[in-house]
Amino acid sequence: MLRALCRKAFCKALWVYHANTGACNGCDIEVINVLTPYYDAERFGIKLVGSPRHADVLLISGPVTRQVTPALKRLVEAVPNPKLTFAIGSCATGGGCWFDTYNVQGGADSVIPVDFYIPGCPPRPEAILYGVALALGLVPKKVAEEKLRQETLEELAQGKCVINRESSKTAL
Amino acid sequence: MFLSKLREALICLKAGRVTLDYPLAPQEPKPGFRGKITIDADLCFGCGGCANVCPANVIVLSDTEQHRRTIEFYWRRCTYCGRCEEVCPEKAIRLSQQFETATNDPQDMYMRLEVFMGPCQRCGRCFPPPTALDRMMNTGFREGPRGGRA
Ligand code: SF4
Ligand code: SF4
Ligand code: SF4
Repeated sequence: MLRALCRKAFCKALWVYHANTGACNGCDIEVINVLTPYYDAERFGIKLVGSPRHADVLLISGPVTRQVTPALKRLVEAVPNPKLTFAIGSCATGGGCWFDTYNVQGGADSVIPVDFYIPGCPPRPEAILYGVALALGLVPKKVAEEKLRQETLEELAQGKCVINRESSKTAL
Repeated sequence: MFLSKLREALICLKAGRVTLDYPLAPQEPKPGFRGKITIDADLCFGCGGCANVCPANVIVLSDTEQHRRTIEFYWRRCTYCGRCEEVCPEKAIRLSQQFETATNDPQDMYMRLEVFMGPCQRCGRCFPPPTALDRMMNTGFREGPRGGRA
């Protein structure tokens, strides 16, 4: 019942706290862009707050650097449950160009649990809005794992010139 | 002073609605936008050029068997630079217009292509597998007056 209540509450007003964990500022500019009247995230009840203790949602941009790791862990503890974590940008989803560099942890999910991933470098404001709408259940998911396979020479000789497109999962 | 205030008020009267209807109505990116990478499995012949230039090491080649080369795309860390599209000789890999790639499962940001390389019948080593031209030859197409390639 608490879960249902949370779902209902989350549909109405998401208060977000935005944390830069070593981003180049590209993603941060796009997050600010989403809050402008042109994209107007406030019509979904999304509001930027100044303290993690007021927040429901944590937006993380940047490959988590070594220096910011303890601060990020404390930040996540400071957000009251139930909380949602969004990794914004290729850096936060997978580490970007710096995924195996000595001074970064390579993505937010190697340090804290992440609920939604929004890839892009930087993601378009529309892509961020799409990610939020996905979390709210307004839009369907549009990507899935893809496994493609070419035909072997034997299959070619038998005249089977079709590419085997097997997908382990279908898009939800 | 008074006139400028009046003009501001008039501008407010004229201004329409600017907010995009985005998640409820579809929106196309401008041409030239670089979105999620896609690969045409028919065209790729496993040269590995894209893997060489990718700055984020999104593309990982591994020769799993003698005539099978697996190309894996961990595109969760793709920086959408477009270098792979630029160097691909067959234009097999392309950056699509798709930007709606948000997901809740990191495994969704993974793509794999198995390329079958042709092994030489004498030495057993791989050479780049049939190109589009070779495939046409397999199905009876002959180039040049004498048949076959000179
Ligand atoms: S994903 Fe790209 S734009 Fe965003 S912080 Fe990383 S490098 Fe900058
Ligand atoms: S767009 Fe750039 S980062 Fe992405 S796969 Fe191609 S070369 Fe790699
Ligand atoms: S996608 Fe293009 S560059 Fe990459 S291995 Fe295939 S043919 Fe070569």
